[in-house]
Amino acid sequence: MSGWHRFANPTRFSRLSARILPWALALTIVLFAVGLYLALVGSPPDARQKDTVRIMYIHVPAAWMALATYVLMAVFSGMGFIWKHPLADIAAKNCAPIGASFTLLALITGALWGAPMWGTWWEWGDARLTSFLILFFLYLGYMALWQVFEDPEKAARAAAILALVGLINIPVIHFSVQWWNTLHQPASVFRRGGPTIDPAMLWPLFVMLFAFKAYFVSVLLLRIRAEVAERRVRALQMMQAEA
Amino acid sequence: MKRKTQRMIYVGAGLAILAFAGLLAFFAIGDNVRFFYSPGDLKQLASPPTQSFHLGGLVKAGSVHKDNEMMLRFTVTDGAAEVPVVYDQTEHGLVPDLFAEGQGAVAEGKLGDDGTFVATRVLAKHDENYMPPEVTDALKRSGEWQRGRPE
Repeated sequence: MSGWHRFANPTRFSRLSARILPWALALTIVLFAVGLYLALVGSPPDARQKDTVRIMYIHVPAAWMALATYVLMAVFSGMGFIWKHPLADIAAKNCAPIGASFTLLALITGALWGAPMWGTWWEWGDARLTSFLILFFLYLGYMALWQVFEDPEKAARAAAILALVGLINIPVIHFSVQWWNTLHQPASVFRRGGPTIDPAMLWPLFVMLFAFKAYFVSVLLLRIRAEVAERRVRALQMMQAEA
Repeated sequence: MKRKTQRMIYVGAGLAILAFAGLLAFFAIGDNVRFFYSPGDLKQLASPPTQSFHLGGLVKAGSVHKDNEMMLRFTVTDGAAEVPVVYDQTEHGLVPDLFAEGQGAVAEGKLGDDGTFVATRVLAKHDENYMPPEVTDALKRSGEWQRGRPE
C-alpha cells in the first residue's frame, strides 16, 4: 500500500481523523466568530447596497462551497467507482447532504438579497439562478439514489455515475454569468483583472470562506466516522447472528 | 485487462463523451439562454419580438424623468443602441431602490409601435463592484467614478 491508498484503510482513517477533528472544530468556531464579527460589524456598508451587502458574506462562501463540495463528491465517486474503495464511497455519500445544505443556503440568501436589491426573489429565465437550482436537484437525486438500493455497493455505483454526469453543470454555473446575459452579477473575486471588491470587504469574505471550509472538513469527518462505525456495528451484528 | 483499468477507461470515456455532448448542447442553445435583450441585441434582430420580453442595459445618465409623480421615463443603453422606456409605477409598483442613472436595469414589457418600450416591471441590476461609500466619494472627487461607462 502506497500513496493515498494508505488513507483508504478505515483503521488508519479513524486514527488520523480523530487527530484532525478537534483542530478542525476549534478552527471552525474561531473563524466563524472572527468572520461573522467582521462581516456584520467590522466591515463597511456598500455604497449602493448599504447594509444589505452583509448577506454576501454568507451567500458567496456558501455558493463557492456548494460547487467545491460537488467536485469533491464527484472525485470521491470516481475513486470509489474505479478502485472499489468503500471509504471513498462513504466519503462521497457524506459530501452530499453538506453540499446540498450549502446550495440551499446560497439559494435562500440569494433570494433574500435579490428581493430588496433586484426587486425579485427569483427569476426563472436567469442562467445562474436556474443552473444553481439544478445543482440542488443533483444533490437531492444523488442522495435519493443511495436510498434506492439495499446493497451499498450497487448504490455507490449508481450514485457515482450520477455524480460524474452532473459534473457538467459545474462549469455551466461558473461561466453562466459570462456566457449569457443574466440578472446575476458577474464574478467579483476570481476574475481576470483582479477582484472588484474593496479590500475592506474582501478580507472578511475570505475569513468566512475559510470558516465554511473548516466547518465542511469537521462535519465531513464526523459523518464519515459515524458511518464507518455504523457499518462496523452492522458487520458485528451479522457475525453474531450467524454464530 | 484488469477490471480496475477497464473501469478507469469507462469513467474517462464517459466524461469525454459527456464533455463533448455538453459542448454541442452549449452551441445549440447559444444565446437562447439570455435573460434579457440589450438595445444592441434588438437592433441585430430581423424583427423585434412581438410578445413580452426583457430589455436590459444601463439606465442612460440624465435620461430619467417623471411625467408626474408615478409615471417614469428613462432610456436603456448598451453603448451600441438605446431604447426609450416608459413605466407606470401606480399600476406596477415602485422601482427598486438600486434603480439609478448610470446603473444596470432590466425591464419587462412590450415594444410599442412608436419604438417606446412599455414596461410592466423594472428590476435593478447590480454590477460586480463592491465598495464602501468613502471610496465612491473619493472616486467621484478625483473624477474616476463611472469611468468607461457610456454617457
